[in-house]
Amino acid sequence: MKRWLIWAPLAVFGALFAVVAAGLMRPADTAVHSTLVDKPLPSFELEPMVPGKSGLASTDFGRGTPHLLNVFASWCIPCIAEAPQLMRLKARGIPIDAIAIHDKGPAVVAFLRRNGDPYDRIGDDSRSRVQLSLGSSGVPETFLIDGRGRIVRQYIGDIRADQVDQIVRDVAAAR
Amino acid sequence: MSLVLALALAAAPAAPDLGNTQLPDPHAEAQARALMGELRCVVCQGQSIADSDADMAADMRALVRQRIARGEDPSQIRDWLIERYGDYVSYDPPLSGATALLWATPILLLGIGAWIARSSFRKRR
Repeated sequence: MKRWLIWAPLAVFGALFAVVAAGLMRPADTAVHSTLVDKPLPSFELEPMVPGKSGLASTDFGRGTPHLLNVFASWCIPCIAEAPQLMRLKARGIPIDAIAIHDKGPAVVAFLRRNGDPYDRIGDDSRSRVQLSLGSSGVPETFLIDGRGRIVRQYIGDIRADQVDQIVRDVAAAR
Repeated sequence: MSLVLALALAAAPAAPDLGNTQLPDPHAEAQARALMGELRCVVCQGQSIADSDADMAADMRALVRQRIARGEDPSQIRDWLIERYGDYVSYDPPLSGATALLWATPILLLGIGAWIARSSFRKRR
């Protein structure tokens, strides 16, 4: 047996320790990121979700101005927390469209009455078909679509108050 | 009671809910089942869409069954999802730089085992 082999277990322990310590310092990112970022928005067409507001199609995007595409649901609690931020983004002149997941018209109407309505259009995605085609894995999520109809960013989870300024800058850069 | 039943009937969708209904063709259903076992549910991340009760898993099963019924190849459906969610969505990881170790480790361990066995057999002689 060679002399240096006696240090092998310690070296293995050291390596394992480093791996575990690194994992503790920087917890794994458990969010599922869409791989469609920097790719064109997939084509889709959705029926209107609420009366008096049109549905949503991919052709509504890419007409020169960047849009936010919010994926939400009336049954989703973080969507309530996100609502004031969306209203602020709307107030700063950013057009916001939405798709509602697994939802019913009256429930969405009540949700918008309670939490404010920042949306220009809302598409009815009752079976998550468009959500799946976007590579989105939950509600709420928001996609930034640039003026040429490309997905440039995905914001996973509810938009927080401290993200609003950054999103306004992102939208300006997506022009 | 009859009112509840009437409401339930009125609410029932015309098309079957493919997330929780088998395809009529057993061969197609078997193909769909096999694929569902190898796709990850993106909300309940430790489960396949075949095992998960989440709404989104049902939607993913419906997507798989619809496309199989339309005559699509399971590998096409898997690629469609990988295009959107990355390799993460598939439980059958392709060979790449990141997964090379995963595929090579069994062979590597076998090699180390053979080396240890050889040297210990030699000593006995």
